[in-house]
Amino acid sequence: MGLVRSALASRAVASLTSPHSVDHYLEQLHPLLTVEAVRARVVEVRRETGAASTVVLRPNGAWRGFVPGQHVQFGIEVDGTRKVRVFSVSSSQASDDGTFSVSVKAHPDGYVSQFLHRELAPRTIVYLSQAQGEFVLPDQVPDDVVLLSGGSGITPVMSMARTLRDRGHAGRVTFLHYARSREDEMFTPELDRLADELPGARVVRVYTREPEVGATLAGRFTPDHLARLGIDPATTPTWCCGPAGLIAAVRDAYETAGASEQLHTEYFKVPSVDLTAADATGTLTFDSSSATAENSGATILEQAEAAGLSPEFGCRMGVCNTCAVKKLSGAVRHVVSGEVCADTDETIKVCVQVPVGDVSVAL
Amino acid sequence: MSRKRTPVASYDASGHDEAPAPLVGADRTKRSTIGLEHMTYDELDRFGEELDAIRRRTLDSLGQADADYIRRVIRVQQACEVLGRIGILTPFFWPTFVAGIVLLGLSKILENMEIGHNVMHGQYDWMNDPLVDGRRYEWDNVAPAQDWKHGHNFIHHTYTNIHGKDRDIGYGLLRIDDDQPWYPNHRFNLPLAFVLMLFFEWGVMYHGLELDEYLGGKMSKKEFRDRKSRAARKARRQVVKDYLAYPAVALALVPFVGWWAPLAVLGANFAANLIRNIWTFLIIFCGHFPAEVQTFAEEDAENETRGQWYLRQLLGSANITGSRVFHVLSGNLSHQIEHHLFPDIPARRYPEVAQEIRAICERHGLQYNAGRLSKQLASVGRQLAAYSVKPDDPYKQGKSPESKALRRAKREAAAAERELEQTAA
Repeated sequence: MGLVRSALASRAVASLTSPHSVDHYLEQLHPLLTVEAVRARVVEVRRETGAASTVVLRPNGAWRGFVPGQHVQFGIEVDGTRKVRVFSVSSSQASDDGTFSVSVKAHPDGYVSQFLHRELAPRTIVYLSQAQGEFVLPDQVPDDVVLLSGGSGITPVMSMARTLRDRGHAGRVTFLHYARSREDEMFTPELDRLADELPGARVVRVYTREPEVGATLAGRFTPDHLARLGIDPATTPTWCCGPAGLIAAVRDAYETAGASEQLHTEYFKVPSVDLTAADATGTLTFDSSSATAENSGATILEQAEAAGLSPEFGCRMGVCNTCAVKKLSGAVRHVVSGEVCADTDETIKVCVQVPVGDVSVAL
Repeated sequence: MSRKRTPVASYDASGHDEAPAPLVGADRTKRSTIGLEHMTYDELDRFGEELDAIRRRTLDSLGQADADYIRRVIRVQQACEVLGRIGILTPFFWPTFVAGIVLLGLSKILENMEIGHNVMHGQYDWMNDPLVDGRRYEWDNVAPAQDWKHGHNFIHHTYTNIHGKDRDIGYGLLRIDDDQPWYPNHRFNLPLAFVLMLFFEWGVMYHGLELDEYLGGKMSKKEFRDRKSRAARKARRQVVKDYLAYPAVALALVPFVGWWAPLAVLGANFAANLIRNIWTFLIIFCGHFPAEVQTFAEEDAENETRGQWYLRQLLGSANITGSRVFHVLSGNLSHQIEHHLFPDIPARRYPEVAQEIRAICERHGLQYNAGRLSKQLASVGRQLAAYSVKPDDPYKQGKSPESKALRRAKREAAAAERELEQTAA
């Protein structure tokens, strides 16, 4: 297939199909028969614990594979509209049956995640991107690593753990996971087995709301947890994914230990925005549409939608860059990092920026 | 920087279809006079609300059927294109060769009208499908999408039929309206229109460069250079495809057919482009240039309301009646009135919307201009012929001393106003 694919992707063929792409024509024959566009057929939808599901996908030949920790844009078509969200790959990189999986916890108001959980049927064709993201295991995995996750932030870390397991990683792997309760936890049976399947692995779970009797650790993350597990942040590369609170605590711990360079992080959820925040003042101007809105304190994307505009968006969590537009003037605050930017004419992702005072964007 | 606030509500945020920003005059308190012969200001406001409601209702009802429709059209268009290209590669058997030319012409018509034009209006942006995304779509035409969208979606659809604003009145080449000043080249209205018809896509590309805006000092040198390079790149790709790449494929036929096979393919592609050019020219000229269609003065349109904007679109457009296939081949521009009222509603919905518009027009006693293609074409032809004659009124002659004096007075007034604004600031 490699030769045919590169022939179809060549400039000679492109000059025959111009101004359209060759996929434009190929997909008429079969939706999976594309050169550039990544698409996949759903093989299986597995219900995990609680409200989570794992979707096993068989991608077409355009898929270039993933590195554990990466995510994909995942699009389904509902009533003529393609809805795209970003989900983490949860499967092992070592699997060679031509499939991979994403795992998703259904959010009560998350349209796509609810659809996945309730309605997505095997054989459905879904629209993907190539795997993206810098939060990955390196090619040469260090001997001793810490995988640290909270809530549904476990999915990319699970992909890392499964990969290490399947490759028979020789070093010490500490998997420290925080969940509200055992019922709320994803992948429970597999986590139970992981320590047996990978000799160097230690799996520690902390149930913050319903702690287990005799558990090693309890409560939310503190630097003390690392100490009690005998982990020295300064010498142990760590991959941490979870809600902003967990990441902030972990980052503080590593900074105190002078080990910031050992820590790799990824936010899993955009923190909800405080609507009563004092900086929810001023006017938001949508320049291209000549519309304005009183700043409600919500993200610019939400405010634009409330004003009746329909800007392009993808993940709604600051990952995919689909919603990037030019900010013409004013200051914005990043809802995850809290960072305030006041440069004029900079490009911002409107799904994770709230206006601080008067702001004008090219929407 | 002070922004002029607009009295018309926004359309959408997709950028390709900039919201109608109506004219704002120097005197903000002055009200636009458009439509006052038909309705009072209150009635105009209600008229605007009525049409806004139709637009909202239609947009809210979009769904799978509309997505299926545009994909079906794309499928038919591509089938025509592939069969056409194959047919053209059989120059040794004239029936399939000719059928190939016709099919390729048909495919280009569908691609430019029902698919390209409508997709680039953002009619299918709600599908979030990159293949029918108005921001990304590039059409099978030498005019680059980006500049066409600016000139068409923004300028033409916002300032429809306003003299001095809508650059589509006569395309800066023809005199099609009594209020356009007459210049000597307008004597050749009919032959010029004929040549424009044959090379329409090149005309559209040239129009999109907006050379007159650049020469008039309204466009920066960089912007004009960018436009030129975009147009050159797009034209090169189109020319390479139709006149080099496919003839090159036909080189394989030379041993069996003869040396002339690539030339036959080249000629066939030229013919297919010609078919598309003629058809699109005819449809587009019938949309705005028949005699009953109204044009407007800039002063009258200043500070217009939503209702007045709608009314101007209604009075400035003309429909063409015909069969269902005819409507599809015209990109539903045969429903020019509905298209101008709601440029971002998928065109397949125009027939159902048209019934409501007709009813509203009857209720308000408004003109709803519709006629067969032959009738509208005859009207356009008569207009072109009539306005090619030098008018007696010196104010209607572009080069008369009276017109020159008038233009100079206008220029000086505008300069004085700018100066006044500057001293005030």
